[in-house]
Amino acid sequence: MELFLQQVMAGLATGGIYACMALAVVMIYQAIDHLNFAQGEMAMFSTFIAWQLIQWGQPFWFAFIAAIVLSFIGGVLIERLLFKPIHDAPILSHVVAFIALFSILNSLAGFIWDFNLKTFPSPFGNKPLLGGGLLGTHEAGMIGVTILLLGILYVFFRGTRLGLAMRAAAANPESARLVGIRVGWMTALGWGMAAAIGAVAGMLIAPVVFLEPNMMLGVLLYGFAGAVLGGLTSPGGAVLGGFAVGVIENLAGAFIPYVGRELKLTIALVLIVAVLMVRPSGIFGRRVVSRV
Amino acid sequence: MSAPEHTAGQSVPFDAALGTAESAAQPARHHWAIAGVVIVALLIPLIGKSFIVFQLTLVMVYALAILGLNLLTGFNGQFSLGHSAFYGIGAYTAAILMDQADIPYYATLPAAGAACFVVGFLFGLPALRLQGIYLALATFALAIAMPQILKFHPLEGLTGGVQGISILKPDPPGFLPIDADQWLYYFTLLVLLVMFAAAANLVRSRTGRAIMAIRDNPIAAAAMGINTSLYKSLTFGVSAFYTGIAGALGALAIQFVAPDSFTFLLSVSLLVGLVVGGVGSIPGCLIGGLFVLFVPNLAEKVSTGLAGAIYGVILLLVIFVMPSGAAGFVRLAGAHFARWRSSRRSS
Repeated sequence: MELFLQQVMAGLATGGIYACMALAVVMIYQAIDHLNFAQGEMAMFSTFIAWQLIQWGQPFWFAFIAAIVLSFIGGVLIERLLFKPIHDAPILSHVVAFIALFSILNSLAGFIWDFNLKTFPSPFGNKPLLGGGLLGTHEAGMIGVTILLLGILYVFFRGTRLGLAMRAAAANPESARLVGIRVGWMTALGWGMAAAIGAVAGMLIAPVVFLEPNMMLGVLLYGFAGAVLGGLTSPGGAVLGGFAVGVIENLAGAFIPYVGRELKLTIALVLIVAVLMVRPSGIFGRRVVSRV
Repeated sequence: MSAPEHTAGQSVPFDAALGTAESAAQPARHHWAIAGVVIVALLIPLIGKSFIVFQLTLVMVYALAILGLNLLTGFNGQFSLGHSAFYGIGAYTAAILMDQADIPYYATLPAAGAACFVVGFLFGLPALRLQGIYLALATFALAIAMPQILKFHPLEGLTGGVQGISILKPDPPGFLPIDADQWLYYFTLLVLLVMFAAAANLVRSRTGRAIMAIRDNPIAAAAMGINTSLYKSLTFGVSAFYTGIAGALGALAIQFVAPDSFTFLLSVSLLVGLVVGGVGSIPGCLIGGLFVLFVPNLAEKVSTGLAGAIYGVILLLVIFVMPSGAAGFVRLAGAHFARWRSSRRSS
């Protein structure tokens, strides 16, 4: 039982990382209706900007806020310059453009800041808190920030006119345009917000996994898995999905004898696919009903 | 997920779903073009350096793998990030059969194809319930799982674990005065031609129309009496079959298989090749193969430090200039040319 609790704790700690990323993934999905494969690299790049500001002697919170603002601007610029011109192209061309963006950001970060591991400071300290040190203050802080972010987004999307306009623009661009919503700018805004949330995620994740250009690769994949498991239409579901992926992965490693440790990622993914068989739009996702 | 050739979907009459590339006016020109490419392909090993011959062999291998993905994505509208797994199964089937059972290399191809067909068909069954991005996740799971399964300890006797398996390059038949590289090139070319022709025929057949009808409008297809579940699973199987044979040929060319050659990144490469060549275009797969092999090397040559950035920029330029791939670009250019000629003639 103690082992079980410990594994759940460890799972929640890593799950917090995935949940953070899953939230960013779902955000951009709501805004542009595509999964952005370059999201992790955008977050990584933002984190490097914050790190650079700290290296130049700026205080942590200034760097934190500056990185978020710069990421927002960067996200809007990427949409305006790269994705607006091809918004009529087939979806697979978009996917390839995401892959291109991924490759560019990864390579640029490696070129500017090299591939050595860098430590990134945590605003919450690194003292043990629960579960025999498995869940430290940083992990707890990270989970707290994720849940806070989720709350803010919920209020924004449900309670403000701008949030409503963004949802409308993503759900039905033609009708949204007819009622006077500037759909193009809503999409750009969605990119900006996703980049900003990604920056928060990146800066929270960096103290755990160390800062380097490839730090987000694994995290993004788990984040995707969490987002899809929870349902891409539900930010709350995505956060829960992220935690679930972390816990499942840890429990599979600990409790499925022999096979578990080597294949824990595989087992986690197989479980996710099995869940999708039963609920094809994720656990909390809305079923998309199409008119014939 | 729309293919440029037939995006009109439900409004197109069923018969018109057949590709426009082979439409009535140009069959003769079309055949000449194919003959020309084949003749050039036959001559290259006699004049090119052996490294070029090796690289072009790999281009054909990738083109075949991309064709497999194209059958599934371009013609049937199912998304896959898991084709690296099928490629890996094909490569390992060939390598294990040659290494452990001393089976001649040419006989491993059907075995690799058959193994992949079975795996692909079985994987296609549960995938029936999933669409779009959810299907992408399921296939992605397959791509992530494959290297781990190949490294899995209890299977080490068979797969060689992390070390992988080395195999020998097949000897050319005694009566031909060519070396092993040249022979492998011709062997791959032969397999490629047969499989491309088979794919072109499949797409033109009744079955092919059913496959494309499912892509364009699954509900209308089902209403017309097409067994969509069966066709979708079968397409998954056939797609895996193609990619598996490509994997076996790739193993012969590289003479080595190891788990980390068949990661998710290979799936991404195949996807890039598919889009660059043209979704839903069979000749486009060759262009995709060329891109996948040569462009990363080219980027590496321009600047080692920024290779990834240069590759990304090239990729973006390609998407900007040809949003629906090389095949779509050629078709558009052809249409413009025809319009220009007819306007000159009438004036």
